[in-house]
This record gives sequence, structure tokens and C-alpha cells, in this order.
Amino acid sequence: MPDVRTPAPQVTPRPTGRVSVPAGIERVMEDRKANEYTPPEPAALTVRDLDFYYGSRRALAGIDLQFPEKMITALIGPSGCGKSTLLRCLNRMNDLIEGSRVDGEIEYHGLNLYDRGVDPVEVRRRIGMVFQKPNPFPKSIYDNVIFGARVNGFRGNADELVERSLRQAALWDEVKDDLKKSGLALSGGQQQRLCIARALAVEPEIILMDEPCSALDPIATLKIEELMRELAEHYTIIIVTHNMQQAARVSDYTAFLLAGEAGSGEVIEYGPTEEIFANPRDKRTEDYITGRFG
Amino acid sequence: MAVTQTVPSAPHEPAVNLEASGRVARRQRLSRASRYVLLGTALLGVSALVVLGIDTVMNGWGRVTPEFFTNYPSRFADQAGLRSSIIGSVWVLSLTMALVVPIGLGTAIWIEEFAPQNAVLGIIKINLANLAGVPSIIYGVLGLAIFVRFLSFGPSILAGALTLFLMILPMTIIAAQEAIRQVPDSIRQGSLALGASQWQTVWGHVLPGAMPGMITGVILAMARAAGETAALVMIGAFAFIAYDNTSIMDNFTVIPVQIYNWTTRPQEGFRADAAAGIIVLMVIVLTFNIGAAVLRERFRRH
Ligand SMILES: Nc1ncnc2c1ncn2[C@@H]1O[C@H](COP(=O)(O)OP(=O)(O)OP(=O)(O)O)[C@@H](O)[C@H]1O
Ligand SMILES: [Mg+2]
Repeated sequence: MPDVRTPAPQVTPRPTGRVSVPAGIERVMEDRKANEYTPPEPAALTVRDLDFYYGSRRALAGIDLQFPEKMITALIGPSGCGKSTLLRCLNRMNDLIEGSRVDGEIEYHGLNLYDRGVDPVEVRRRIGMVFQKPNPFPKSIYDNVIFGARVNGFRGNADELVERSLRQAALWDEVKDDLKKSGLALSGGQQQRLCIARALAVEPEIILMDEPCSALDPIATLKIEELMRELAEHYTIIIVTHNMQQAARVSDYTAFLLAGEAGSGEVIEYGPTEEIFANPRDKRTEDYITGRFG
Repeated sequence: MAVTQTVPSAPHEPAVNLEASGRVARRQRLSRASRYVLLGTALLGVSALVVLGIDTVMNGWGRVTPEFFTNYPSRFADQAGLRSSIIGSVWVLSLTMALVVPIGLGTAIWIEEFAPQNAVLGIIKINLANLAGVPSIIYGVLGLAIFVRFLSFGPSILAGALTLFLMILPMTIIAAQEAIRQVPDSIRQGSLALGASQWQTVWGHVLPGAMPGMITGVILAMARAAGETAALVMIGAFAFIAYDNTSIMDNFTVIPVQIYNWTTRPQEGFRADAAAGIIVLMVIVLTFNIGAAVLRERFRRH
């Protein structure tokens, strides 16, 4: 984490809620809002005015974010602010939660993921996910990797795909001698890399990672971080993390989320990671990344 | 933190006394006593079973001969055998299993994995638990009214199998539900996140994980069906069958009904036949149960 930080810029406190400002006036304002940022790269996913409800409880309010292609974007924020919820919206894993509801849209290649005709299974094939706790299937390493490809109709050379995926996940050398071994017989860090390999085997475009290192020791964590940097050459990665150093080390862009008065998560600040960490625009962002937050 | 030093002056005299005293001693005495009381009650139950078992074996062992398995029932106790009831049991139980496996497991999978979790489903779940506790004779009455009379199947193998199927369906479903719930949700999520459909997830992960529990449930339910008497007597499976069953519309008898039949005879000889029949039935049911336990252990290790 950068220690030498320029003092927080003097910004006049701005209303952060959804205040209706006449369009003309807003455009005149020189200084953009801390949460309004558009990365220069083309967007892999664009979230527009997204609200998310668990039953009647709104967990996310008015989220606007562009996730740039082949970059690593980190979602940070205190516990319960809706990071996981947002991540799960991105590949429609939230569909599985009874009584949940989405408002707004998420654009992917010009299509809205929440359009009527969109099949969540298709979405998840293209937008993979790695979970907080490693969750390998109680099957062999080989079967773990090949499962996703198989269910998606893979007909090619399975051995080759397994090797390539395991190599990409930096696990091949450790397991190549015994691919028949149960995935559960691996260490936590190896299991997590197996889960990454499993996700890669489906050849997704985007990989979502929800605190992928929180169950791992520092060495395994470093390995996964290195791996993420390599993967970012080919994949768009969105990662939730509680670890500020990790966000600073590994991500290109960072979004800071916070639950508002009503307990609904909002984006407080978004921008290039160095800027967020070196020069946060919002006081609350600064408080959070310096650990002055409750 | 300040630590008050309490070094004993004489090194051989410990500072604390760790022998039980006062309340602790009383609690410990009670604890020891309860162990013996519980052992006593357990022995009482087990010894009653052992005495029953020994009595049965002494009465019936002499009749467990090869002919006992190949003879049809007879007016003469020393010529009576289990042939038609064994064949009847095989027919009825096979048919029952053919019905309960797809329908019972299918229902459980549907309830746990596909059904909308709403109030209607809640009511169905509660009713399943209740149905599993309904006495078998009630299923007999139901079978008599629906299958024997209304659908005119008569006291046939089909009617018997359908009745037993209804009887063991709730417990099969509940056991399978339990097994399905043992499969952790993280596995389902992992599978779905790879772009597997719900069915692919169920087929590829949930079913393999739940299989040992589901098989065990089916076997235990089948053991209960194999020993069922009242429901089948109720639907009229009480005939004298001196031929081999060839069709599901045949009248039939099964081992427990045959045993019951023998116990109603006044002649002494039939008592021995009944005891011999009980030995056979006990061996069958025990085999079912051991099979279930072995399977469960085998799967658990993998
Ligand atoms: N399945 C659910 N049903 C109802 N409410 C939920 C559910 N999952 C999460 N929530 C609520 O939504 C809010 C956001 O949860 P979420 O898990 O997205 O937070 P998070 O930012 O990921 O927190 P953490 O950092 O602790 O993982 C929380 O208040 C949580 O209680
Ligand atoms: Mg979370």
C-alpha cells in the first residue's frame, strides 16, 4: 500500500444519493463525481443503474460501473456492502436465490444480461466464477477440470484441455503425476487453483472471483495473485477482496462500495487503482483504505 | 498483569486438591450410576429379543430343510413349504421396487432441487412425514378400496405391489431428501457457475453425492415391505396358493402372510412351520439391512 499519499483533495461535500440535478447543470460541473468514471478501455461489462433486492430489502442501489476488457477490477468495501451480491449479479448466480429481483441492466456485447431471452446457463458459461471457499467437486482432479467443458458440449481432446487449463492455473507441475487423485485431497491453495483451472477449461471471457484468497496462506495467496496477473492478458477479471494490499497489488481499477443509510450498497468511488489508493476523492474512500473505517 | 505467587512451602504438598469432593463428587456418582441404569435397560430389551430368537430357532430349525423351500403349502404340516410365498414375495417386491425407485427418488429430487419453495410445498413436506407414520393397515384399507375394488385388480400381485409401494413411498422420499440435503450447496453453485444446467448439476453432482443415502433408504424401505403382513392380509392376499405365479394379475401370497397363516392353524406341526418361516424371513430382512450398512460404508470411504 502506498504510504506516501498526497493529502486528500479539498472537495466540497457533494450529495451522493440520486439527486435529480438538471442535466445541463451537471454537465457544467467541472469536477466529475467520484463514482462517475469511464475507463478508456472497451468495456467487457457495463452495469447501468442496477438495483438488487433480496425480497423487499434493497441490497444494491443505482450501481453504475464499466468493467474494462482484459483488466483486473477490484471491488472493495466493508462487510455487507453488497460486493458479493454485485458480483453474483454479473453472471446471474443471484437467480438461484428465491425472492430476489434485479432492476436496471448489465450490458455484455451489446446485450442486456437480464433481457427476457437470455439464458443464465449461457451467461455463466461465458462469465465464470471462483468462490471464496475452494469448492472442488468430490471427484478426481481430471474430472473436476473436464466437467464444465463436458456439460458445455466439448468434443475435442480432453487430455489436452485438462493439461492446458491446469498449466494456466499454475497447478500442472504439482498434480501432473496423479490426475486421478481426488480434488479434495489437495491443499487449500491447490484446491483454489483447481477451481480456477476448472473455470478456465470452459474458456470464459470474464472470470469473477469472490475473495479467492481469503482461505489461503500468504504464499498461496501470492501464487494466485501472480496467476491473476497472467490471466489478465487474456481474460477480464473482477475480484472482490477485503485485502487492501491485494487490491493495490493486483488490480488495475478499483471500485469502492458502501452501504448507504437504507443499507443498500452504492458505488462511492471508482477509478484507476493507483488514483484510488494514492488520491481518493471521497473522504469515505480514504477512511476505508487507511483503515479508519468501522 | 500481576500474578500473585502461591508457591507452596513444602514441595511435596500440592497446592490444589484435584480429587472429587462435595458437589462434583455427587455429580460424578450420579453420572456413574446412570451408566449402569442405561446398560440395564438396554440389556433388558436385547435379552428379550435373544430369548425370542432362540425360542424361534429351537422350534423351527428342524423344519428348515431343502424341501421347505420347494414345497407348496399343504394341509399336512410336515409337507408344507414356502415355495409359492417365496415366489410371490419376489414378484411383489420386484414390482414394488420398480415403482418406488423411480417415483420415490424422482419425487425427492423434484422436491429438493426443482420445486418452487412455497407454502404448498411446505404442506406436502409435512404430510410426507405424517404419511410415513401411518400404520400399515391403513394402507391395506386404501389398497383394498382403490386397487382391489375400484380398479378391479382383485387381490393380485399388482394390487399388493401398489399397496406396498404406497406404504413405503413416504419413507423412501424422506430418506432420499435427507441424502440430497447432505450434498453441500457449494457443489451445486460450483457446477452452475461453470454453465451446467440445473439437470446437469443434479445428474453430475447431486445424485452421485446422494446415492449412498438414497440406496440405503430404498433398501430399508424394501426390508419393511418384505416383512409386511397386515396390509397384504387386508387386501385379501390370504389365499392358498399351490402354483407358481406367472403374471402380475395372479393371486399370491408372501412369506410373512404364509407365516401368519400357519400360526392361525390349531395343529402343533404348523407352529414349527411358522417358526421356520420366521427364521427364513429374519435372514432375508437381516441381509437387506446388512447390505444397506455395507453399501453405506463402501460409499462413505470414496
Ligand atoms: N441470500 C441472501 N438473502 C438475503 N439477504 C442477503 C443474502 N445474501 C446477502 N444478503 C444481504 O445483502 C447484503 C449484502 O451482502 P453481500 O454478501 O453482498 O455483502 P459483501 O459485501 O459481500 O460482504 P462480505 O464482505 O462480508 O462478504 C448484506 O446485508 C446481506 O445480509
Ligand atoms: Mg462477500
